[in-house]
Formats: sequence, C-alpha cells, structure tokens
Amino acid sequence: MAKLNEKAVQTILEICGRYKNEKTPLMMILSDIQNEYGYIPLEVQEIVSQETGISVAEIYGVVTFYSFFSLTPKGKYVIGCCLGTACYVKGAQQVIDKFSEILKIKPGETTEDGLFTLDALRCIGACGIAPAVSINGTVYPKMSVGEVPKIIADYKAKEA
Amino acid sequence: MIKTFEDLHERSAACTKCLEDKLKGLDDKRHIVLCGGTGCLSSHSDEIKAKFEEVLAAKGAADKATVNLVGCFGFCSQGPFVKIYPEDTLYRLVHIEDVEEIVEKDIIGGEVVERLLYVEPGTTTKVTKQDDINFYKKQRRVALYGCGVINPEDINEALGMGAFKGLERALGMTRQEVVDEVLASGLRGRGGGGFPSGRKWQFALNVESDEKYVVCNGDEGDPGAFMDRSILEGNPLAVIEGMVIAGYAIGAQNGYFYVRAEYPIAVRRLRNAIKQAREIGLLGEHILGTDFSFDCHVRLGAGAFVCGEETALLNSIEGKRGMPRPRPPFPAVKGLWQKPTIVNNVETLACVPYILRNGAAEFASVGTERSKGTKVFALGGKVNNVGLVEVPMGTTLRELIYDIGGGIPNGKKFKAIQTGGPSGGCLTEEFLDEPIDFDNLVAKGSMMGSGGAIVMDEDNCMVDVAKFYMEFICDESCGKCTPCRIGTKRILEILTRITEGKGTMKDLEELEELADTVKNNSLCALGQTAANPVVSTLTHFRDEYIAHIVDKKCPSHVCKNLMEYHIIRDKCVGCGMCARGCPANCITRTDYVAPGKKLAAMEIDPKACVKCGACMSTCKFGAIEKR
Amino acid sequence: MSKVNIKIEGVAYQVEAGMTILEAAKACGYEIPSLCAFNHGECNVGSCRVCLVEATGARGLVASCVYPVAEGMEIRISSPKAVEARRRSVELLLSNHNKNCQQCEKNGKCELLHVATITGAKEDKYTGVQSETHLDQLAPALVRDTSKCVLCGRCIARCSNAHGLGILGFENRGFKTFVSPAENRSFANSPCIQCGQCVNVCPTGALMEKSEITKVDAALKSGKHVVIQAAPAVRAALGEEFGYPVGTPVTGKMIAAMRRLGFERVYDVNFGADLTIMEEGTELLQRLSEGGVLPMITSCSPGWVNYAEYNYGDLLPHLSSCKSPHQMQGAIIKSYWAEQKGYDPKDVFVVSVMPCIAKKFEKEREQEKVNGIPDVDAVITTRELARMIKRAGIMFTRLPDEEWDADIMGDYSGAGVIFGVTGGVMEAALRTVYYKLTGKEHDAIVFEAVRGHDAGIREASIDINGTVVNVAIASGMKSAKVLLDEIREGTSKYQFIEIMGCPGGCINGGGQPYVRSCFLPNEADDILDTYKEKRAQALYSEDERQTVRQSHNNPQIIELYEKFLGEPNSHKAHELLHTSYGARERFR
Ligand SMILES: Cc1cc2nc3c(=O)[nH]c(=O)nc-3n(C[C@H](O)[C@H](O)[C@H](O)COP(=O)(O)O)c2cc1C
Ligand code: SF4
Ligand code: SF4
Ligand code: SF4
Ligand code: SF4
Ligand code: SF4
Ligand code: SF4
Ligand code: SF4
Ligand code: SF4
Ligand code: FES
Ligand code: FES
Ligand code: FES
Repeated sequence: MAKLNEKAVQTILEICGRYKNEKTPLMMILSDIQNEYGYIPLEVQEIVSQETGISVAEIYGVVTFYSFFSLTPKGKYVIGCCLGTACYVKGAQQVIDKFSEILKIKPGETTEDGLFTLDALRCIGACGIAPAVSINGTVYPKMSVGEVPKIIADYKAKEA
Repeated sequence: MIKTFEDLHERSAACTKCLEDKLKGLDDKRHIVLCGGTGCLSSHSDEIKAKFEEVLAAKGAADKATVNLVGCFGFCSQGPFVKIYPEDTLYRLVHIEDVEEIVEKDIIGGEVVERLLYVEPGTTTKVTKQDDINFYKKQRRVALYGCGVINPEDINEALGMGAFKGLERALGMTRQEVVDEVLASGLRGRGGGGFPSGRKWQFALNVESDEKYVVCNGDEGDPGAFMDRSILEGNPLAVIEGMVIAGYAIGAQNGYFYVRAEYPIAVRRLRNAIKQAREIGLLGEHILGTDFSFDCHVRLGAGAFVCGEETALLNSIEGKRGMPRPRPPFPAVKGLWQKPTIVNNVETLACVPYILRNGAAEFASVGTERSKGTKVFALGGKVNNVGLVEVPMGTTLRELIYDIGGGIPNGKKFKAIQTGGPSGGCLTEEFLDEPIDFDNLVAKGSMMGSGGAIVMDEDNCMVDVAKFYMEFICDESCGKCTPCRIGTKRILEILTRITEGKGTMKDLEELEELADTVKNNSLCALGQTAANPVVSTLTHFRDEYIAHIVDKKCPSHVCKNLMEYHIIRDKCVGCGMCARGCPANCITRTDYVAPGKKLAAMEIDPKACVKCGACMSTCKFGAIEKR
Repeated sequence: MSKVNIKIEGVAYQVEAGMTILEAAKACGYEIPSLCAFNHGECNVGSCRVCLVEATGARGLVASCVYPVAEGMEIRISSPKAVEARRRSVELLLSNHNKNCQQCEKNGKCELLHVATITGAKEDKYTGVQSETHLDQLAPALVRDTSKCVLCGRCIARCSNAHGLGILGFENRGFKTFVSPAENRSFANSPCIQCGQCVNVCPTGALMEKSEITKVDAALKSGKHVVIQAAPAVRAALGEEFGYPVGTPVTGKMIAAMRRLGFERVYDVNFGADLTIMEEGTELLQRLSEGGVLPMITSCSPGWVNYAEYNYGDLLPHLSSCKSPHQMQGAIIKSYWAEQKGYDPKDVFVVSVMPCIAKKFEKEREQEKVNGIPDVDAVITTRELARMIKRAGIMFTRLPDEEWDADIMGDYSGAGVIFGVTGGVMEAALRTVYYKLTGKEHDAIVFEAVRGHDAGIREASIDINGTVVNVAIASGMKSAKVLLDEIREGTSKYQFIEIMGCPGGCINGGGQPYVRSCFLPNEADDILDTYKEKRAQALYSEDERQTVRQSHNNPQIIELYEKFLGEPNSHKAHELLHTSYGARERFR
C-alpha cells in the first residue's frame, strides 16, 4: 500500500486532534480531510482509525455512504450541476448533458488532465435561479445549454 | 455582556432605535440594502455592494447613505435586488453597471430609476414599492421574519428586530408553561411530518435524564425547497433563539444544528451568529442570569438525503452511516447518544420565538382549523414568479400559483403542481381551489412536505416526472431495508421501460402492487412515502401512462425514445444553422424549396438523430418541432 | 421482570415486558420468519422486513424483531396483510439474489431458502437487474460471495462483538450496498483473522468456509496414503448434523464414518494435543526457570496467532513457539509414521477435520513446513465432513461405534480432549506442569477455576509447591486485547495465558455446525444460549471417561519421545514441532 508522506500524516493527525473532545468526531474529521485534500484514501482512513479506534471498514462504510466524501482525487474544478426538481423541470438535464458532451466525461468522473470533475447534485438551495450550476462553490444562475461552452473555455483559458 | 433581563431590555431598545432610524430615514440618510442570499450572491450582489460604497465615496455622497447586505428577499429569480429605504423602492436584476446610475439619480437626485423596476407579468405597469408587487401582497412573514431586512451577520440588527424577547418571556415561565404555550399555538412540524411540536416537546420533557438534546434539522433534502437555507442565511438568530427556547422547555443543555454541507453561506452565518450570541452572553452559562445554561453546536451533512430523516440524522451526528433506526424507541426517549432528544426543523424553530414573543393566540389566529400559522413555500418550476413565499395556512393553490406566482409563463397550460418533494404527489387543475394545510393535502393524495411546490405545464411528461423522483429515491435510499432498497429499483425499472416504449399494461398493475409493498414494508418514511409520486401520477395521469404503453407516444414529447425532431419543410428557410450545430450530422438538405423561400429545406434523419434538441433551439424560424 | 398481557391470534398470553414481538411469539409457540434478527439482539437492525406482523397500537405493519410488546397488545401473524407483506419482502430479496440453490453449499442450512419456503415466496415474482456482486476466494479460509448476501448485517455485528475487529462493514448505499472488508478487499489482504465467526452467523451462502472437499477427493483418487485426523471439538458437534441433540459426543460413529470414506488411517488429534502439552509445558517451565519472556501465551489457535501478527507484532516473543496440535501430529505422521511404514513423506497426504476455518489458513503458512513439505495438506471443517458423509450415503445414526487407529498414536489422554473448549489447554498444561514441578499428580485433576464455555476473561492462581503461577484465559479477541494491553503496559501479573480465537474456544469454531432454531426443531428455544455449554460438556465428559487424564501419562507419547524425539524441546522436536511468527501489515 502506498505510503503517505510525513507532512500529510502530521496534517491528518492534527485534524484528528482538533476534535479530541468531541464524543463522535468521525464526520467532522472526514469533512476536514475532504476539504484539505479533496479525497480520503484508505491510507488516510487507517490513520483516522488508529486515532479514533473506529475500524477501517466502518470508516470506509461512512466514506462511501456520503456523496461528499471521495476516495479518489477530484479535478481542479468541480462542476456541480444541480439536478434537483426545480432545476430539472427547467432543463438541467440538458445542461449537464452538454457539460458531459464537451468534457467527454460522465457525471462522477474527472477529465484525464485532472482539470474538471463533473458531479450531479441534488439541489443546492438556489432553486430560485434554476437551473443552477456550482463550480468550486461559485454558483452560476439560470444556466442554459448555450452558456456551457463558454464557461468551460473560460476555465481552460485560465489554465493556459 | 447581557447578563440580566434589564441588560437585554436596554440593548434591545438601543438596537431597535438604531434599526428604525435606518429604515425610516430618521438618521437623515438613505439606507441601501442588497440581497445577500445565495441566489443574488451568485449574481455578485456582494461586488455590487462594494461598488455602491466605492461610488458613494467617489461622488462625495458617503454620508448620504448606508449600505447593507441582508438575507434573501424570496424573489430570487428577479435578483439581485437593491432596495432603498425609507421609500421602499425596489430595484431588481441590478447589474454592477447600474450602480452609478442609482447613486446618481436616486441617492443624489432623489429620482426613481424606472428601468430597474419590476413589471408585473403580462402588464407594462412598473411597480416601485416592494409591498405593491403581487408576489409579496398575500405574504405574511412569521418564519421569514427579519429575512431581507436585517444584516444577518450583525446581532445588533437582530436585537433591533426583537431577537431574544421570546426567550426572555419563556425564561419567566415554567418549562411546562412553555410547552403548553407551544401546544396552544397549534404549531406543527414544518419539516414534513406536521407532527404537533408541543406534543413532541412534552414527550421529551416527561423523560427523566441527566442529558437531553435539541437538534435542529437543517438538512433540507427536498430538491426544490430552500426555505431553511434562506432562514439560516437571513436571520440565523431566530432559529438559535427557537432552539434555546426548546432547550429550556425540555430541560436540555446542548443543541445541535445539522446543516447540509451544500449551504456554506448558511453555515458561516449560523456559526457567526452563535459566536456573537455567546460573546454577549445569550448562549452559555446562566442565560440572562437564570439557572438555565445552553449552548449550540453546528454539524455538517455530507450529501445524503436520507439524513433528513431524524433517526438517520442522529446516526450521522454520531459519526455513522446515515441509516435510519427502527422505532420505538423514539428520539424523545432515546435519541442522540441514547439520550432524550427532540428534532425540529429550521422553519419550525424559527416560528417559536414569534410564538413566545407575540403569544400563542396571535400565532394561531392565522391558518386553518388544524394547521395554524403560516407556511413558507418554495415556488418553482413553470411559474412566472419563482421564489420563496410565506403565506397563511389555508391559502389556496390557485392563489399561490396565479396571484403570487403570476401564472404559467409563455401562455402554456397548467398541468399539475407537485408538493411534498420526493415523498409528495401531484395535484391537478381540479384541486386548485383547495386550501393548503397539512391534512387537506394528504387527503387529496399529496402532502405538505417541507414546502417545495413545483409547477408543471403541458410540456412536462408525468411519467418522466415519476421516473425522475424514483431515480432520486433510488440514488438516495440508504439501502438498509429490503423493500426500499430493491423495491424502488424495480419500480424504476418498470418506469424506465414505460418511458422507452417497452411497457405493458401488466406493468401498471405491477407498479401499483410494488408501490403498495414499498409503502407497507419499509423501515423509514423515505421508503414508506417513496412511491407517492408514482401513485399520484398513476391516479391523475393514467392516460399518459397508457399513451406511452399502448400508443408508444409521449404526449408531452419528453421521453426521447418516443419522440422525434422534425423539420416543418414549409417553414424552413434553408439557412442551414441547425445542421451546423448537429452533433450527429444527421440534418441534410432536401430538394424541396418551400413557396416563397430561396433555399431548399432541410430534413432530419430520425434514425441517426440523438435527440439532443440543439437544432430546435438554434432555429430562429420555428421550423423545427417535436412530435 | 414484570409481565405484560398480550394476545396472539386472539389467544391470551403473559410474557415478559421488554421482549420483542418476535421473542414473545416464540415463547408462546409461534415462529415468525426472520432473517436479520439474531441471537437476542446481537443483530437487531430491523432491516430485512420478513418478520412483519400486525400489532395494535402501531400505525402499519411492524417488524416484530425490533418492536417491543406492550400491555394489551394484540398481535396478528396470520392476517392476510401481514402474510402477504412478508412474502413480498422475501420475493424482493430473491429478485436481487443469485438463486442457484442446487449448487449452493448452503442449501439445507439456508435461512433465506427457509423463509422463502414458509412465506411461499415465488422466486421469479420480481425480475430486474441485480446489484453488482463481488466474489472473494483469495483467502485460504473463507469465501465471500455478495451475490448471495441479504445485507442482514449479522456478520458485521459478530466480528465486532467477538473480536472488536470490525473487519466487515457495509460499503456504498442504496441498491449498490454490499458487505465487505474495507475497500472491498479480500479477507486475505485485510487484518481478518480468518476465524469464521462471521461465517457461523451468516444466514445464506454469502460467507462460507473455502471448501477443500475436492482436494481431498483428488488425494483419495491419486493413490497417495491419505490419513485423516480429527480435532477434539469435532466429536462434540458433528452429531448435530445428523439429528443428535446438541452436546452428544459421537466419537465412535465419527471414526466409523471416516473409515468408510476410505482413509488409510483415522487418527485423533488428541494425540497431537498431548504432544503439544509436553512441548508447551516444557517451554513454560524453561521460561519460568531461565527468566524467559513471560507471560507465555498459547499458540494453538491460528485465529489468535493471526490477530497477534496483525496487531501485536511487538508481543510475538510471548507466544509459545509450539505448533498447534494437528500441525504437530501432521509433522509426526509425515516423519515418524511414514518412516515406520516405509513411505516417502511426499506420498503421504494428511487431512485434518477441524472445528476451525483458520486452520485452513494455518496449514498454508511457510513456517508450518518441514523441508518444504507441509505438515497438513487439507483441512476440512466439521460441516464439510458431514457433507462428505452424507454424500457417501452413509447413514450416520446406524453406524457402529468404532475405535481410532491405534498404531503409534491411538492413545490419548483426557487432557487432550478438553483442548476444544476455552480453558482446556490451560487445564491440560497445568496438569502436566504440576507434575513436572512436584513429581506428583494434582489431586483434583480438574482445575475448576479455569473452566468455562464463554468469551470473557478468567484467571486463577495455582500454588505449585510454594510457587504461585498466575494464569489467565481469554477467548475472542475483544477479551484477549485486555490482557495484551496489560502486557504492553507492563502491568500484566500473569505467567501463563491461554488465548483462543473464537469466543468459547473451538467448540464454537468457525467450522462447526450452524446453530439455528429453525433447523433444530427438537432443541429448546434457548439453544443459542446453551449450545456452547452443551458442546463443552461433551468434551468434559469424555475427559472423565478416560483412564489416562494427563498428557505425560499417555504411553504412546512416552514411546514417541523414547523412540524418536528424545526430550521435549529437543533439537528434533524443534525442527518438527515448533514454528515462528512475524508481524504482518494490516492492509497489504
Ligand atoms: C427521507 C426523509 C427526509 C427528510 N428530510 C427532512 C429535512 O430535510 N428537513 C427536515 O426538517 N425534516 C426532514 N424530514 C423529517 C424529519 O424526519 C423530522 O420529522 C423533522 O425534522 C422533525 O421536525 P419538525 O417536527 O419540526 O418538522 C425528513 C424525513 C424523511 C423521512
Ligand atoms: S426505507 Fe429506504 S431509506 Fe429508509 S431505512 Fe429503508 S432503505 Fe433506508
Ligand atoms: S436533435 Fe440533435 S441530433 Fe437530432 S437533429 Fe437535432 S441537433 Fe441533430
Ligand atoms: S435552422 Fe431552421 S430554418 Fe434554418 S435550416 Fe434549420 S430548420 Fe431550416
Ligand atoms: S444462499 Fe440460500 S437461497 Fe441463495 S442460492 Fe444458496 S441456498 Fe439458495
Ligand atoms: S420437486 Fe420439482 S424441481 Fe424438485 S425434482 Fe421434483 S420436479 Fe424437479
Ligand atoms: S473471519 Fe473472523 S476476523 Fe475475519 S471477518 Fe469473519 S469474524 Fe471477522
Ligand atoms: S454476508 Fe451473510 S451475514 Fe453478512 S450481511 Fe450478507 S447475508 Fe448477512
Ligand atoms: S478457537 Fe479454535 S476454532 Fe477458533 S480459530 Fe482458534 S483454533 Fe480455530
Ligand atoms: S433544485 Fe436546483 S438548486 Fe434547488
Ligand atoms: S437570494 Fe436574493 S432574493 Fe433570494
Ligand atoms: S428479522 Fe425483523 S426485520 Fe429482519
């Protein structure tokens, strides 16, 4: 199994340490790790297991239960297309299909260059401006299929 | 620090004056507020606010106006909003480029910027004041009290709006009296079930325990509903106060907010509000000098709809997979960490300070016989005015859709309104005059749920809608119990078959039977209500199902396998735009030139077409139709 | 306990308050089908929904396994609504199940098939895609086949309860949920100790021992000299497979059956157990007198050894270097016995019948080979032996009682027999150590203080000629951990510790017959509470019947040392009978 570098181990220990006084800190620890690294591989779960006394299988079960936790690294830009009801009835499916078509990835996947991850979300509470798309937390209101190519182009341009 | 009842009085009075001065212009200044809700922030209302400050300073008008970012106005589809006190002028769809003009004309010149005013759909009348807009006319703000008025990051403004007055009154009563007050108000849970909150509190009060907990359910899983988000973003202290009152009533010392991680702004403002309340002593030890101590904590969800179910939520806080627990024991007896716990929804708790502040009778004076008070709806879908509306219980669906919602856009025909989210059902034309309350909606085959209200028009296929919800349920089922884990999958498979034109009439019987099984056998309410969208569409739109099965047609042209894009050759000018954008390269030129047209018309090869719809949205001549 | 009055099918009963409807119904003589509920709430998730009944006071149907009775409650098991609901739950389960009962080794002991039968479920009532499935056959001891899993969670609960290990867990959610070690790894690549406790509780064929019957068949066909040896705990449970009451020792019939299966020799592993005591006792005395690493811990349970290697690499010097009895005996068969018979050890094939599945793993260890030849070639469980007997058409109950083959290792002492129950190794060792230190037998023979049949820790102080030996016994890794942590912290007061992998020891091993009320109609309702004690009793009674009750008094053991091994712990003994351990990475 791949070994983590010392710095990462320290960070994870530090994150576990933040919640020493909490009765049941697992969700908080995992959220922090997810935010810090973008994913939670097994090696990391092993450390969390040692620190919390919760078995690795149980932690793994928690990680795979919640859609926010990821086992693999996400792209630099995580494109979350809302497919909640309000967005769906306003054509969100076509929007996500367009992203899919241009990026050549299915929802849940990451582009080969590691730049984009496409996620289908279930309502981000921005239903008033449906269909909504959230890219790394920035919400794009009232999306239309036509805007998709430009948004992708803009992010690509940023990288170039 | 606020250590006594007198401290609170003094501070509140000062803050109230300060706030009123701003809103009424008594400070001789204009007061500019911008919506800082998620919707408007996504259209950069924060940058617009900064721009206002910059322009005001540049024009030497900094002393003429104050600028503030407040919570959601509810009318997010028209955002970003800029509102100017004391005149109550409301500008909508404001862009950063408009700031100069507003400052110049309105703030300095005292003249309304007409072009930024709201126009009622179907008219040309421009409306200046917020209260004159139809969308707002029938609304009444109880749960949304303070949202869109105060700065949610400043506890002083909340105090100015009367925050903690409800708690003050509660602390002067016995626990039982507080529970009785809530019981008398007739408040029922806004999270979906509609269970009388007072009764829930009574259960928890009755159990002896060294520790008890209050949990606020801010998971807001119903896609299409966002009232909890708006409340937490717009007036977090109201919910905190509600939680503290609940804590006092049942004898708890700690409260947990469980908020979905998709709501970063709400979380930030909530945490900030808790911090401020702690700093001035309204949370913590010996609140207002009494024996009562209480503190609040925030926990985040991690993307699982089922965690809105209260026992799954408790498991999630306990760091486990969010799988519901069998009941009994009920949370009021054994909840968080096996201690007596009440779980209440954000909106429910937001109503509590109002009830304590104004009295149960005042709250109960609004609403219907068995559903008291108001309810916030997230009106969405095919309706002109999309947004959050808070109306008295008993308002009819027609008022909601037509008076407040402004009717159906583009002259389309109303088909159904879906309430209750994935657990709810669809209500048709014939129910439009039904008053909305908990029991009536259930009686008519739907439910209140958390208040999502999605309007569908003739372009929505009801089989597709049922399938949409079932996909959602399948994705979100925790997988613990057999009927929900496997039954919903089987239902989805049948619905998929039908939308692909492969269904049989026997499938309809099977659907009904499966729906029955999933409802009767499932462990938690997710499964028990999972089939509602199927059952209600089967009841009201059986003909649509039959059309898919027998005629192999989707009457609304939604189901891809059962529809085709087609070029009306007499309308086609042969410009070729459609062909250029077609990913399947399946649009070719015919040799038919329509009368009066110069170029030959195009046609689509239906076999090669992938039904992406690009051509139809490209054609400027309306020559492409679905059929 | 206070009582409540309830009615089932209109008939009034009084039952204990706090019982679930399922328990109450059983006490009153009704069987409600159930799958996920197990062993007094060891697993009580209420998830399978095959136990639904009608009960007054509840809104809809209730899951009887988790719903408590209440005063005045009226329960209807037979209402058409409940009957239909139960059937539908099973039919849904079957729609996502790899239904190949004919070739499924669980058939006959499968609770899913059982509930399908009694609910009248039709296997093809619902059809559709099946969840993605996973088959793990990498570990030598056990196989996981998620296409047979009903997600009852019993295995997860057992692994945690018995060992605090939590190797298994649910992964994913919804229709994609499945049960596995973390990261859907093989048992072989996770810190699973391969004890098979999870196998014992699985209601279906999703978790099974890795059968070696075909291997044995091939050996029998090959013309090799195939020798079979059976562990003590097997005789205490094999009878259950043939309708004997739990706790009936069936030694004689078992020997007769094995002989009829065509093995060249049928030996008792008790001989190996006596040998182990000689070696281990000597090792302990040496450590005591020479200041060796103490406490010394027994090493005859491969489940426990696995646990130590994964989790307490630093404490491995505490483990006795002795191989487990069947390995020792295998080594003797392939050396001493083969030599006497004039066989090439390569042509000898040793089959062990074990209550254990971890032994399947153990026999594969590199450290359990002599000159590259494994001591034991195949390990079959009690259950597999029963299958072979049935397959051969042998009517077990009609067999005569026969005796073990008695050339060179037929004799055994009572001490060897009790190896099969927790505390047994300790007691056997004490009998010999006492003799060695005092030169006389312990008066009582029986050391009551170390006896028991359950998990948990027992301890005793034995005064041997003024030397007080503090001993402790633990079975199940949850209990073992307590003793191990004491050693780690330097606070352990013991000189000798016995640790068994399975709670209760081998009588409750992962290869023993399944104990399920629904398949044991003649046992009392509380059989799940009593079976360990009953099986243990079968072994203690056999000990009592023996004339020789101490390992050092077994004449053939004495002969073996005289003729072949020399002294206990001699060079030769070390070569054949001792082994070594190494720390292992948890997730490879
Ligand atoms: C699948 C499911 C999802 C739910 N989601 C929510 C939710 O997002 N927010 C909420 O307040 N209640 C939700 N509920 C209802 C809660 O279980 C619970 O009844 C509610 O939080 C109680 O608060 P109230 O009495 O104030 O409504 C959900 C219930 C189910 C079965
Ligand atoms: S009904 Fe669905 S969500 Fe609820 S416990 Fe069962 S599987 Fe989980
Ligand atoms: S729907 Fe898409 S694939 Fe079909 S013709 Fe139009 S553009 Fe081409
Ligand atoms: S875009 Fe419209 S008008 Fe132009 S070729 Fe296509 S169908 Fe004809
Ligand atoms: S597990 Fe049971 S039901 Fe499944 S195939 Fe095996 S015997 Fe049949
Ligand atoms: S019962 Fe049916 S399956 Fe079994 S042997 Fe007879 S015909 Fe065949
Ligand atoms: S074999 Fe033992 S250690 Fe491995 S998963 Fe099963 S119970 Fe746990
Ligand atoms: S493997 Fe067996 S015991 Fe474990 S959940 Fe599946 S069916 Fe139940
Ligand atoms: S206690 Fe017995 S059955 Fe269990 S692992 Fe150890 S040797 Fe095997
Ligand atoms: S449905 Fe898309 S943001 Fe709510
Ligand atoms: S977010 Fe601005 S009006 Fe709702
Ligand atoms: S046995 Fe009751 S739900 Fe499984």
